[in-house]
Amino acid sequence: MILEWIGDIILLVVLLPVVVYLLRGVLNAARSIVPSAQGIATAAQAGSRDLDATVLLLTTQEQVKQTITAAADYGGSLDIILDDA
Amino acid sequence: MPAAGVVMIIAVLLIVVALVYYLVSTIVALRQITGALDEAIAGVGGIIEKSAPVAEVVASINGQLDAGVDLLEGLLVKKAGLPEAMGLIDGLYPGAAAAGLRDVPESGEIKPPRIGEVYTRGTLTLARLGREAPIAAASPNGPALRNPNYGSLAARALYPDVRQTHPELMPRSPVIGEDSPIQYDPEVAVGGPRTRMPERKEHNGNADPSSV
Repeated sequence: MILEWIGDIILLVVLLPVVVYLLRGVLNAARSIVPSAQGIATAAQAGSRDLDATVLLLTTQEQVKQTITAAADYGGSLDIILDDA
Repeated sequence: MPAAGVVMIIAVLLIVVALVYYLVSTIVALRQITGALDEAIAGVGGIIEKSAPVAEVVASINGQLDAGVDLLEGLLVKKAGLPEAMGLIDGLYPGAAAAGLRDVPESGEIKPPRIGEVYTRGTLTLARLGREAPIAAASPNGPALRNPNYGSLAARALYPDVRQTHPELMPRSPVIGEDSPIQYDPEVAVGGPRTRMPERKEHNGNADPSSV
């Protein structure tokens, strides 16, 4: 009978607090990750939205091509008009 | 049932309840993490997909711009000569000549001549009319001569001083020919100063075409 009471005391005083302590630590660690993961998701979505303008690079590419072509045409004309140094 | 057995059952139940509570809370937190990571993965996937053609397009743009730079630098050096080209570059962008031309490595070692030594006065005048152009400076470190808010005044200053006084009637060019009212003796008049100025007339604001 005394041994049973000793077992009960160990269960209530030692085992239960240890179990609660360990599980609470795991829960706190898991909860601390949630805001970080949500922040990463927000940043990734914002970065993806920022890159929506990359389509305009195609327009820039075409504009640069036309500009350089026009400059080359002017350069060719100047090469004919002006004497060399 | 002995009292010790009841207490043991209660202690075990308490441990099980604690296990259930904390494990379920952990599962909920992990599911939230999984959902957030799914959103992050979707966002990163979008970034990868949208940025995939950037390198190719930027490389193409850089190639085009490189060709343009080569063309313009080559044309400038061919037409103006290397020292004069460096002088012009340094006149337009003070200090830029030190960097040199990309296709002419030795150009950075050339001491650029002053812009006034390279170009004529007329060229400099035209350059000084350029809006906010660095070449329109009295010295490479000085302020621009042209005031963009009163650009017409700067252009008017190019004409002789007598025009700045706004005279009512400027001396007109002589009428020449056999029927001209004043006959000039070529032996006297040609090459010499005008011996007689035309009569001053009342300025009514309208030009008289017959007097020309």
